[in-house]
Amino acid sequence: MTLTQADKAAVVTIWAKVATQADAIGTESLERLFFSYPQTKTYFPHFDLSQGSAQLRGHGSKVMSAIGEAVKNIDDIRRALAKLSELHAYILRVDPVNFKLLSHCILCSVAARYPNDFSPEVHAAWDKFLSSVSSVLTEKYR
Amino acid sequence: MVLSANDKSNVKAAFGKIGGQADEYGAETLERMFATYPQTKTYFPHFDLSKGSAQIKGHGKKVAAALVEAANNIDDIAGALSKLSDLHAQKLRVDPVNFKLLGQCFLVVVATRNPSLLTPEVHASLDKFLCAVGSVLTAKYR
Repeated sequence: MTLTQADKAAVVTIWAKVATQADAIGTESLERLFFSYPQTKTYFPHFDLSQGSAQLRGHGSKVMSAIGEAVKNIDDIRRALAKLSELHAYILRVDPVNFKLLSHCILCSVAARYPNDFSPEVHAAWDKFLSSVSSVLTEKYR
Repeated sequence: MVLSANDKSNVKAAFGKIGGQADEYGAETLERMFATYPQTKTYFPHFDLSKGSAQIKGHGKKVAAALVEAANNIDDIAGALSKLSDLHAQKLRVDPVNFKLLGQCFLVVVATRNPSLLTPEVHASLDKFLCAVGSVLTAKYR
């Protein structure tokens, strides 16, 4: 699945807004993830997962930073996230199914905060973009 | 996910061994899929899905031929299956999850008919190959 020019433009446009609240959105997405899909907590036995915890906020920030990198390098996400891809393949080994879940939660957070911007076209573009990011991060698993 | 040189040679060797029986493999794959995952029958309301039906045999042949084509052009599966990819995107619109189910059943058929062929390494290579084929066939959906 490739991102069309229109997809890329839509992602870049809404990212400009998302970036202003990136940390909050990142934290919220993780909270949503752990709440709706408790099995995802399995990857964070070492975290304090209570609402607003410093670790959650820190991690949410990291996640959104990576997404920001991918947006900035939307023509070559693979190269931009190469190190993260290796990290996930060799060390973290997060089951691929969980990327869909996190992507979904990020979508919900963005949609909730920017309802007027989140048209069906923008929704589709974001979903394709997050799918691309997920693919890159699971690409080196085997 | 990228097919390594090893994967490619494993896949080619496997299809070499399957050889002229590919048609039967295809038909049995479909039978198993309809039996184990009855929801997949939804795409074939116009078929006689009883065991040994001519339509299943015919369709199994088509599926097998596509897999053989992909294996023979393993360096450019996207190119080889481009028309099939268009067909699935624009007309068939099979939900992507079903490609995994079909792939799984194909592997089971290989395992039962050719147990010595399916070492863990060959199993992994074939599974990667089938995932790659599935990806190509759903690449143009959106």
